[in-house]
Amino acid sequence: MTEQSSLRAQNLGFRYGQRTALDSVSLSLLPGQFHVLLGPNGAGKSTLFGMLTGLLSIQQGSLEIGDQDLSKNRVALLRRTGVVFQQSALDLDLSIRQNLSYHASLHGLSPKEAKLKIDLELDRFELSHRGDESIRQLNGGHRRRVELARALLHSPEFLLLDEPTVGLDSQTRQRLNKVVRQRCATDGVAVLWATHLMEEVDIEDQISLINSGEMIFQGSTSEMLKRADRNSVAEAFNQLTGFEQEG
Amino acid sequence: MGLAQYHSTFNGILRREFLRFMQQRTRFLSALVRPLLWLLVFAAGFRAALGIAIIEPYETYITYEVYIAPGLCCMILLFNGMQGSLAMVYDREMGSMKVLLMSPLPRPFLLLSKMVSTAVISLLQVYAFLLISRLVDVFPPVMGYLAVLPALFLVALLLSAIGLFLSNLIRQLENFAGVMNFVIFPMFFLSSALYPLWKMQESSELLYWICLFNPFTHAVELVRHSLYLSWNSSELGWTLAATLISTLLGVLSFKPNRAS
Repeated sequence: MTEQSSLRAQNLGFRYGQRTALDSVSLSLLPGQFHVLLGPNGAGKSTLFGMLTGLLSIQQGSLEIGDQDLSKNRVALLRRTGVVFQQSALDLDLSIRQNLSYHASLHGLSPKEAKLKIDLELDRFELSHRGDESIRQLNGGHRRRVELARALLHSPEFLLLDEPTVGLDSQTRQRLNKVVRQRCATDGVAVLWATHLMEEVDIEDQISLINSGEMIFQGSTSEMLKRADRNSVAEAFNQLTGFEQEG
Repeated sequence: MGLAQYHSTFNGILRREFLRFMQQRTRFLSALVRPLLWLLVFAAGFRAALGIAIIEPYETYITYEVYIAPGLCCMILLFNGMQGSLAMVYDREMGSMKVLLMSPLPRPFLLLSKMVSTAVISLLQVYAFLLISRLVDVFPPVMGYLAVLPALFLVALLLSAIGLFLSNLIRQLENFAGVMNFVIFPMFFLSSALYPLWKMQESSELLYWICLFNPFTHAVELVRHSLYLSWNSSELGWTLAATLISTLLGVLSFKPNRAS
């Protein structure tokens, strides 16, 4: 694997008409780091994802990988990034293999290389025996696994997951979270995991807490607990986002 | 980024369209049934009423079935173009569009690949229709089947581009049916697909001029001339210009944030 650089978003800002969705948000993703983007619904997480994936233009701020400015270079950014969106984006009528093969071709993998990588990812996500089944036949957890396999197929340096466990049961959520953590540790992929579910946060994670479009905390989980003077992530989250006072 | 990556991406998009097409066999059948009904039922009923004099590119008197066959080929392409547009709106709502947009290739290339793929799939249906139409004595010259291919492809591209442009204007899937009615039917009926323009001129000068400015008219005439091995640079020029303008409009009006 080539030496990896970090992804730096600096002072990102985005407005939908008059409404400010993101206000000067900065974030760094380091190789092998599991970074949790925490925030309540509507905090601006998906807008930030839209900007990081080039679906939304960068109205303010900059995006860099290493020394390269990618604010206007969507192509270079996407080559190094894997994405799992909040809303499932699989082709329901196609099989698992066909979905993965489509993604492989979109990333320029040759048929031979694509087949090797698809086999590898299906094996890693324990889907080898179901490769020819259509997505329609899969439950929510398996569909998410396919989306993860797809996001990792072109060996990205950065894996961006926008609330990837929404709608899944607790057990499946834990399993997915564990799988991504393993890949982060073994392959050195930098992970940005957006969520509003506190049980998905680990004590060693790097946290960026976003609320109403503003970054209100950045640091480790233990630093967050210390800052909020609370014993659990949920309590610290409520305290820092002001939910505690509202309640 | 090498040519190989462009090639692989285009192949992937084309293969996906083909696989989806194969999954939706009813789409293939309905695409064929529609023009066949016009050819077998409408044309039979109106054959006597709508007699066709000798007009270019035909060298003799023809039956009404022979006259409307090229228009019906374009009808297939028109419906497919609009179906492609509907699929774009659906993909946008279902999230599949985001997968396409995550490809590290320029967006115009991705959109053009999608348009070309839709066009290629449409051609299969047109040739199936042309084969069936031989049952009602529509026998263009054998070489015409080959000569019409580039014309059909260009027309399919034109209609895919119009479809792409429309899909960019439509916010929700529910709004699509109304737009279809305002595009498909006027385009088809205000053209030379079902009757020669001189017949239209006899009834209404205004409608005649509208037909004359309808790009679909020129698309139909291009296909008609090509199928009967007649070169018509004017129709080719019109169709090429309309395709370029529609493609530019489709690509430039595309807003990726609609997919997010």
